[in-house]
Order: sequence, then C-alpha cells, then structure tokens
Amino acid sequence: MSDQIKVTGKASAEQVTYANMLFYGSWTGLGLMALTYLLYVFGIITPHIPLDQVPLMWSQPVGTYLELGKVPTGWGWSVLILKGDFLNFLGIVLLAAMTIVCYIPLIPAFIKRKEMLFAGLALAEILVLMFAASGIVGGGGH
Amino acid sequence: MTMNRKHVLAGSACIVLMGVLLFAAFAWASNAGTEAVAQVGADIVSAGAHLGANTGVAWWVWPLVLLFFCFVLGIIAVLAGVGGGVLYVPLVSGFFPFHLDFVRGAGLMVALAGALAAGPGLLKRNFASLRLALPVALIASSCAILGAFLGMALPTQVVQLFLGITIMGIAILILCSKNSARPVVTKQDALGMALGMNGAYNDPATGELVEWKTHRTLPGLLMFIIIGIMAGMFGLGAGWANVPVLNLMMGAPLKVAVGTSKFLLSITDTSAAWVYLNKGCVIPLMAIPSIIGLMLGSFVGVRLLAKAKPTFIRYMVIGVLLFAGGKALLKGLGV
Repeated sequence: MSDQIKVTGKASAEQVTYANMLFYGSWTGLGLMALTYLLYVFGIITPHIPLDQVPLMWSQPVGTYLELGKVPTGWGWSVLILKGDFLNFLGIVLLAAMTIVCYIPLIPAFIKRKEMLFAGLALAEILVLMFAASGIVGGGGH
Repeated sequence: MTMNRKHVLAGSACIVLMGVLLFAAFAWASNAGTEAVAQVGADIVSAGAHLGANTGVAWWVWPLVLLFFCFVLGIIAVLAGVGGGVLYVPLVSGFFPFHLDFVRGAGLMVALAGALAAGPGLLKRNFASLRLALPVALIASSCAILGAFLGMALPTQVVQLFLGITIMGIAILILCSKNSARPVVTKQDALGMALGMNGAYNDPATGELVEWKTHRTLPGLLMFIIIGIMAGMFGLGAGWANVPVLNLMMGAPLKVAVGTSKFLLSITDTSAAWVYLNKGCVIPLMAIPSIIGLMLGSFVGVRLLAKAKPTFIRYMVIGVLLFAGGKALLKGLGV
C-alpha cells in the first residue's frame, strides 16, 4: 500500500479505474438484459422455445431441458442469438464478462508499480475466469 | 425524512405500475401469435406427455409472481443484512415449480448482478479493498468452478440434502455470529504483510481515518476453498461466510469485510455462473425477473433501512431460513 493511500484513505488509481469500468459495464448489461427481456416476452422477437412450452421444462432437470428444447451447451447459444430467448444472453453474458474485462487494466498497472505478485494474481484470475467461460469442460448436467 | 418517504412511495408506485404494465403485456403476449416457433414447440408437446408438468397455469404467471416475490425478497435481504442469493435459492427451490438446476443458475446470476451493481461504489469509497480481494478471489473463484461441477455431477437429491444442511447452518451462523466493528490486530502476520493486505478508509459515520491490517491470513485464505466450493455448488452467493472470515478470522474492520465480501461475490460468482451458463442452467424467462425484482427490492430496502426494525427482520429471516433449509433437507431425504 502506498503512503498516499494510507494517509488519505482514498482508493488507489487502479481501484478507481476498476470501479468506473464496472459501473458502466454492469449497468449497460442490466439495461440490455431488461430491454431484450421485454422484446422476448412481448413476442416482438420470436423465441427458439415457445413461451408457453418453457414451463413444461423448467421443472425438469437441465438434461431434459437441453434435449427437448434442442438447447445447445457452451457457446452454442450464439448461433441462436436472433431468437428472442437467446437474445437475452447478450446482457447476461456482458454481466458475466465484466469481471474479466475489469481485471485486464490491473496487470499493466501493477507491473508499472513493480508489484509483480499482484500482476501475476490478476493474470491468473483472468485465466481462471476465461477457463470457466470457455465451456471447455461444459456438457449436460443431470 | 419526508423526502425519503416520498422516494419510497414513488419507488413502490413505480414497481406496482411496472407490474401492472408487465401483467398487461404478458397477457397480451400470451394471446399473440406464436406459430413461428412451431417446430420446437411441437417436439416439446409430443415429448411433454411423459413430463406431466403442465399445471394449466399460463406461462406468464410464474415470471410475474417471481418478479414480485424477488422484489419483496430484495427488501428483506437488505433489511436483514444478508445477500439475495442465500434467500433466493432455498425459497424459490422450495416454493416454485423450478428444478434446482435452474434455481441455482438463476441464484448465481441474482447474486452476481447485485454484487456487480454494488461493486463500484464500494471500491471508490475504499470499503472494498482490491488488495484484500485479489488473493482471496483467486482461491474462491477457482474453487467455485469445482463446486459448480460437483453440484452438477451429484444427484439432485444429494445436492438438496447438503443445501438443506447448509441453509440451516447459515441460519445458526447468522443467529450466533457477533461481528466486530474494528477487530484488534496487534501484529500483522508475514503472509498478510507479503500480500500487502492492509489499507485505510474514511469512515463517514465518525469522520475518522480507519487503518487496518490482517492477521491469521493463511487459515483465512484456506477457508475460502470451502466457501468457493459451497458458493459454486449451491449457487448461494457467499456473503454469509465471507464476512465472518474476513472480519472475525482475518481481522478486517466490519465495513471493509462487508464491502470486500460484496465485491468478492462479483468475482467468485462469475466463475460459477459461467459453468451454469455453459451447461444450459440459465433460463432467461425465470432468471431475468428474479434479477430485476431483487435489484429493485434492494433499492427500496436501502431506503427503508433507516425506519425498519432490523432485529425483528433478522429473526424473521433466521426463521425463514430454518424453515426453507428444513424443507430442502426433507426433499433431499425423499420425505
């Protein structure tokens, strides 16, 4: 911790950058999610699974939902992006991706301050989250 | 005070108005032509005979009920000082017709959205510490991936059983835990010092500059292995566990522990949320009203916080958690 932070109690520059990126990204994601949801439920954009059929499946294990709804796993949803239900994934994915995006500027900031341990931690976190996001080890559930 | 009341009334009126509009929209949409999606629909209908799940309730009823339920849940969560996810998963899995797979997926998205929205303010005020969060987050998020896979691999009944036990344990933890506003840390340990786990923040309540440092860093970090696995496995969020470990074990001041815990959720839940997303466990029709309802409820809850009686709400939440945990436990036992 730098002396300046210790004396003033103010957030470090990289923390403020992280906060700003998170603010704009997460509220854009939430807004996008609300908008696409309205397009979906109002029937403005045709869904992949008819709205009245979804309740037949949401009480079943995810495996049944994937099979009956012909729902792809991993990033397969991206080919159905023009369908009302999968359009909602734009906002959801933006929310889930924000942490990865916000972590990126941390690496040069820590390297600049010669805090190689923290730069390494930030890089490792990005790799962990990208591994989770990649869907490499995806596949059906129950 | 009058302005606050006006804001709360205006907020509540907006929610009611939005609910009415959504109700009208859903009713209209349910009658609108849906013939274009006949193929998948026909397949589901033909296969649906063995599902036997059509309760005769219109499709738009559950999302609407969920929106209002989560709105109320959001208010209660703020007043009780717990995260939305910890209430959402046991209650929605216990009282709604959704399978636990989708409730956990939505629960993680609910916790994630709340954490992402709260993160910027907490970071800027230095209540959330990036230096404290970074090492902890790496452990918790890696283990959350493992937990998510475990949760998806284990039979639903087993997950229900463990969920029930965990929820009842959380209720007891909330009942018994006594947080310390400013734990006394006489000497920082070597690991905490090496990781630079210290900081300072301006406390607006007292106008003081509060400096802090951690101790018992290694056992604290090890605890996040368990916390991460549980967060991923049950889709609960993990504020209920983060705060006691950061505050009571590692010695971070309560405000830093709460702020950093909320920020941590945005990282831990991201990793688990991706696993659930990739496995198809997020159904937008039910997940999005949950997220929006809970976030709107949280905003109203924050405004009501000044007038509410938190002690009563805290005991009410403990009671609800014990009940929901017991229900999940019985479900897991097949009773």
